[in-house]
Amino acid sequence: VFVFLLLRLTPGDPAAIMAGDAATSEQIERIRAGLGLDKPLPVQFGIWLGKVAQGDLGESFYYRIKVVALIGQRLEPTLALASLTIFLAVIVSIPLGVLAAWRFGGWLDRCLMGFSVLGFSVPVFVLAYLLIWLVSLKLGWLPVQGYARLSEGFVPWLRHLILPALTLSVIYIALIARVTRASVLEALGEDYIRTARAKGLAETRVLVRHALANAAIPIATVIGIGIALLIGGVVVTESVYAIPGLGRLTVDAVLARDFPTVQGLILFFSVVYVGVNLLIDLSYIVFDPRIRY
Amino acid sequence: MRRLLGCLAFLVVFPVSAQDKVLRVVPHSNLNILDPIWTTQFMARNHGYMVYDTLFGTDDKNRVQPQMVDKWTVSPDQRLWTFTLRPGLAFHDGKPVTGEDVIASLTRWGKRDAMGQKLMTFVERMDSPQAGTFRIFLREACGIMLEALGKPSSNVPFIMPKSVADTPADQQITQSIGSGPYIFKQDEFKPGDRAVYVKNTKYQPRKEPPSGTAGGKHVYVDRVEWNLALRDAQSQVNALAKGEVDVLERPAFESYEQLKKVPEIAIVTKDPLGFQYMGRFNHLHPPFNNPKVRQAAIAAMQQEPFLRAQVGVKEYYKPCASMYTCGTPYASTKGSEVQSKTNMKKAQELLKSSGYDGTPVVILKPTDLAAIQKLPDVAAQLLRQAGFKVDLQAMDWNTVVSRRAKKDPPAQGGWNIFLTAWLAPDVWSPLTNAALGTAGEKSWFGWPADDQIEKLRDEFARATDDAKKKAIAEQIQVRAFEIGTHAPLGEYVNPLATRKNVTGWVIGTGDVYWNIKKN
Repeated sequence: VFVFLLLRLTPGDPAAIMAGDAATSEQIERIRAGLGLDKPLPVQFGIWLGKVAQGDLGESFYYRIKVVALIGQRLEPTLALASLTIFLAVIVSIPLGVLAAWRFGGWLDRCLMGFSVLGFSVPVFVLAYLLIWLVSLKLGWLPVQGYARLSEGFVPWLRHLILPALTLSVIYIALIARVTRASVLEALGEDYIRTARAKGLAETRVLVRHALANAAIPIATVIGIGIALLIGGVVVTESVYAIPGLGRLTVDAVLARDFPTVQGLILFFSVVYVGVNLLIDLSYIVFDPRIRY
Repeated sequence: MRRLLGCLAFLVVFPVSAQDKVLRVVPHSNLNILDPIWTTQFMARNHGYMVYDTLFGTDDKNRVQPQMVDKWTVSPDQRLWTFTLRPGLAFHDGKPVTGEDVIASLTRWGKRDAMGQKLMTFVERMDSPQAGTFRIFLREACGIMLEALGKPSSNVPFIMPKSVADTPADQQITQSIGSGPYIFKQDEFKPGDRAVYVKNTKYQPRKEPPSGTAGGKHVYVDRVEWNLALRDAQSQVNALAKGEVDVLERPAFESYEQLKKVPEIAIVTKDPLGFQYMGRFNHLHPPFNNPKVRQAAIAAMQQEPFLRAQVGVKEYYKPCASMYTCGTPYASTKGSEVQSKTNMKKAQELLKSSGYDGTPVVILKPTDLAAIQKLPDVAAQLLRQAGFKVDLQAMDWNTVVSRRAKKDPPAQGGWNIFLTAWLAPDVWSPLTNAALGTAGEKSWFGWPADDQIEKLRDEFARATDDAKKKAIAEQIQVRAFEIGTHAPLGEYVNPLATRKNVTGWVIGTGDVYWNIKKN
């Protein structure tokens, strides 16, 4: 209800946008009627709600195709980008975080935390342009822009995704490394770590099996939130690398006042958030068998 | 690990192979509506030129030339026009183009397009005595028949199959079947991502050389791909420099310096007439419901500051004292003295004598449309210097588009001035120039009311003699400056940037992709 009302209260008329520059007020009125926007708000809301109840998110004002189909077209690039980003972030940040905690206060820790601050601070588009300049334009290794679907082959798919995923993963590496460091640091102060070391266990085993395993819950939570944020929040990266994903679709739909698409996307993102949070909660059982629901 | 390294080495050593006969274009905007009759959006028009053919075209000298039409005759009283189509014209589904298709297409177009509507006021009926012939019967002679049928910009009278053209004019068509040089790949269309057109191998181009939207539409590439996702200006430049795309339809002005430094890139001014900037007043509300205040504003809005701020590149802009595109038949300086031969002091005097009471002027400023976003700032500054109180309101372009359609007072969500740009053909005649419509609330945003101009526009439509038309067009301009319909703010070109292995650009108005060779 909130999103529906908010969209209608936002200045901007989809009919005027669609009509083009030379349209007259009369033509705009006719388009508005054609879109059903001349009906009272409660009636419009009732129509939309009725369709949603039947699994129909409506039709895009512009593209005249079902919102579900539109989301379907944009889902693959976003999912691919989010997955590779999280994969890169996890394989880099967790070892870094553990190492930083292990060498707490040492040069390694300071360097990693310094990198972490840098990762948070550098705007995504700056990093993106730097990477493009170096890797694509100077070295010529990877494409500047675009997305190749998996159906076009794994290699083109990966080639187009490496730079965007690298760009995006920096901030997540910084975030997850910091959380990992803090959690492992806390675990390393626990009695069971002292006991493990007293038993003569190898330091690697102590760090991985005892410290990291017990620090896993906050790390899993951050990763989960990261996935949810990535699904709808990678607009800048998608713009710079020309990836036709859900982030761009959302921004385009909002700018064009494509109400059905925006409503459908918000509903979709809400479901993703709820789903991811549910999975995170369920994962706690794996990380800590004491937890029961 | 060894496998991973092997995979990475493979990625580095084997770059993606280019497909030689695919023309990869970055259009100036997104393609979101596929009906070029239903909307006036330029992207829909460009899509139309790919897919559909036209009865007439306009060449690079702005002369109307036959395209689908083979020959035509006019009765002595100029009330009966008989057109014969070229033999062999066929739609993409294989069906021949007939007079019935033409009539249905013109009927639908005549309900949407301003010039089409004007033409239809003269039309008594249309018929098709034979499959390849159609006739237009007029109530009285008119002088805009060919000009209307050959108009190169929105809405272009594209010819569609009757079954498609029978779609009510206020509904969008659902199929893109034309008889033009390219076939639209509906199955490959991904909104916001990619639009694909393949060569229509059965298309029979005219024998004349291509010129503007006229002449032979020869296709030398197998496929044209519009990259709709690549909209970041710097990424566009990077992609062209690296050869991942072949053409940038309208690069940002700030990009030209960078583009010129890349040896493989050429800058091509394929549309020398370019665009005209315009400041439009709302005639319904104070202070611009007073013609003297509008004149003061026009006097203050000198063209050079707008062009310098917005375009910046000296070789790409020029002041133009005419309300019609400079370099076209109706261009004239008559009546423009209020703007072209004045200065800020005179503007201040005009404002003082106008009785302006200090009512704030609401200027709509789009923050997300690079092509015009600096114009409102210049307007605000110049109007302030002239003595106006200005309220510059920033918003996204689509809010501007919505807001300018509102007739409410400025304090209740309305407006006083917005600024925009028009393609040359949209403003080169009294009938195509929407800002010269003065039918009050039925006219284009701003809603000026002036019987004299409306009468002159009717006379213009009736005139069949070129000299007479020119004289009427001048009278319209003189009157338009007198009542201050709008302020022309100069002209500019926005050359395309292309890889040097892409050649054959057709000089003229519009973004058309025939005659292009990719070596």
